[in-house]
Amino acid sequence: MDERDDGSEVGMPLLEARGIVRTYGQVVALDGCDFDVEPGEVTALIGDNGAGKSTLIKIMSGAEEMEDGQISFMGEDVTMSSPSVARDLGIETVFQDLALCPHLDPVRNLYLGREVRRRAPLGWLGFMDNKKMRENSGEAFAELGATVRALSVPVGDMSGGQKQSVAVARAASWANKIIFLDEPTAALGVVQTHNVLELIKRVRDKGIGVVFISHSMPEVLGVADRVQVLRRGRRVATYQSADTSLEELVGAMTGALDEERL
Amino acid sequence: MTATQEAQVEEIVADDNRSVIRSITRAQATQIVLVLLGMMVLFTIINPDAFLSVFNFRSIIVNASIFIVLGVGVTFVIITAGIDLSIGSVLVFASVMSALVMESLGTEGWAIAAVGAVVAVLAGALWGFINGFLVAKANVPAFIVTLGTMGMALGISQVITGGIDLYNVPEVLVDTVGFGDIVWQIPTLAVIALVIVVLGGILLHKTKFGLYTYALGSNMEACRRIGIRVDKQLIWVYIVSGVCAGIGGYLSLALYQQTTIAGNSLTNLAVIAGVVIGGTSLFGGVGTIFGTVIGLLIPVTLRQGFVISGVQAFWQEVVVGIFLIGAVYIDGVRRARARRSSGKKPKPMAIGGLTIGSTRKEGNSE
Repeated sequence: MDERDDGSEVGMPLLEARGIVRTYGQVVALDGCDFDVEPGEVTALIGDNGAGKSTLIKIMSGAEEMEDGQISFMGEDVTMSSPSVARDLGIETVFQDLALCPHLDPVRNLYLGREVRRRAPLGWLGFMDNKKMRENSGEAFAELGATVRALSVPVGDMSGGQKQSVAVARAASWANKIIFLDEPTAALGVVQTHNVLELIKRVRDKGIGVVFISHSMPEVLGVADRVQVLRRGRRVATYQSADTSLEELVGAMTGALDEERL
Repeated sequence: MTATQEAQVEEIVADDNRSVIRSITRAQATQIVLVLLGMMVLFTIINPDAFLSVFNFRSIIVNASIFIVLGVGVTFVIITAGIDLSIGSVLVFASVMSALVMESLGTEGWAIAAVGAVVAVLAGALWGFINGFLVAKANVPAFIVTLGTMGMALGISQVITGGIDLYNVPEVLVDTVGFGDIVWQIPTLAVIALVIVVLGGILLHKTKFGLYTYALGSNMEACRRIGIRVDKQLIWVYIVSGVCAGIGGYLSLALYQQTTIAGNSLTNLAVIAGVVIGGTSLFGGVGTIFGTVIGLLIPVTLRQGFVISGVQAFWQEVVVGIFLIGAVYIDGVRRARARRSSGKKPKPMAIGGLTIGSTRKEGNSE
């Protein structure tokens, strides 16, 4: 992962998906879908229910397999065969179900699968440096706005907003290329939503590509630099959010625009 | 970081230290200790001379030791929301294999006893691997897999021996491990069990292996997405249980001076009951080795206490049954309370209410 400042050409997408196909039985979730992620840019992925947004994110983060299509990362074709592959590329995802372990505390969840080991020889035996993990997590949560108040309460005992904060903080702590957020503000109150949106901007400013799914158009227009619209398993439009409007986005999502054009 | 953030970090970390104490008082294991102590006080009042005798405590410990060794392994399995019904049969299989090998080598001396120990552990590990492999890779429910291997391990033991117990156990083994004391009246058997308990406790509570065991029981799908090798972890968890059963088989040889082919048909249920009484949740994600030890001491103490008090020992089964149902009922109540209380500030009273079925039901709002 040391090749971050690789001086790749300006305008070359960080990640590019082309012609992604995925079906569930008779249902065609993605039907030749394209998508791209630019570094240092917030992209909103919008579309009506069933447009294929979550499926697309799952495929690009290795949690689902695709039937056809290609994904390239920094110009090279990659096979996202498992979430670990995506993680190794520096891609983190906040899934809709958050993928937290309810019995474990926020620190454990933040570091799950990436535990800091004690120094050898205790580290070889699987002993962990709990103190260090706890301190670092405290910082990570504080950066998010400190909605996570206690570090050793099981996540399952927390409110929906706190859980979401833990999941977002985890992704933000580890991502160094791309972060996918599937409805990151769905369960949040006003203040927490604001915090997450601020965090999204901060992550972007570090040069990371941020993709988030949202149904809230004001949120999309307020935070996203670019908007890609999915309908019936295909990308039907891409807009610079500065140049678009609520009406245009809704029109693209529902297909009203196409019909007008026709 | 700004100064406010630093203050927040400090506040968070300080809160953390407080909740360590809270989590101890919350644990079901703590309450179950009180039950055990209460029982002891009661039996002491009824018959102080007999109950408080060294002899009595020695027999309680000896009788509980083998179950406790098995319980350590089963605790790991149940924390992953699995179950291992095969432990009693695996114990028999391991003791038969161990006895056979020792017999063929000449039956006497420490070297042979050591070989026997290795054979017992490997035999246990083998069944543990089979269980884990089938649960993880073939996706057959643990209940069915271990019900199947329970029959298989016992059946093979019976086929090999013709159903007749083997009696050739090295004398050194019987004298030192079976009946011997390390010092004074401290039985070697109990010390071995204690070592297993301590190792199991460290593995479960202090290492990554233990953390992943809890994580699996908490949300297996999340573990998969996070990139934890779920299958490998599951297989190892069942191997731990198998190895514990293997060690139990070896200790059983030492204690009874024979294999106990017909004597372990209910061992699995007794051990699982003790583990559950000790606070390990059948729904996964919750449990401690300490709780298991206490949970397994209760039935043995009851039996001993009843004998001493002149109550028919059969009552022990009745009381343990009540405890078992009570323990699972309380676990359920706590889980329900935890589900209600989430969304508010975490209450100290949400005792052990660490158990919420799955985040999928909770945080999802499509």
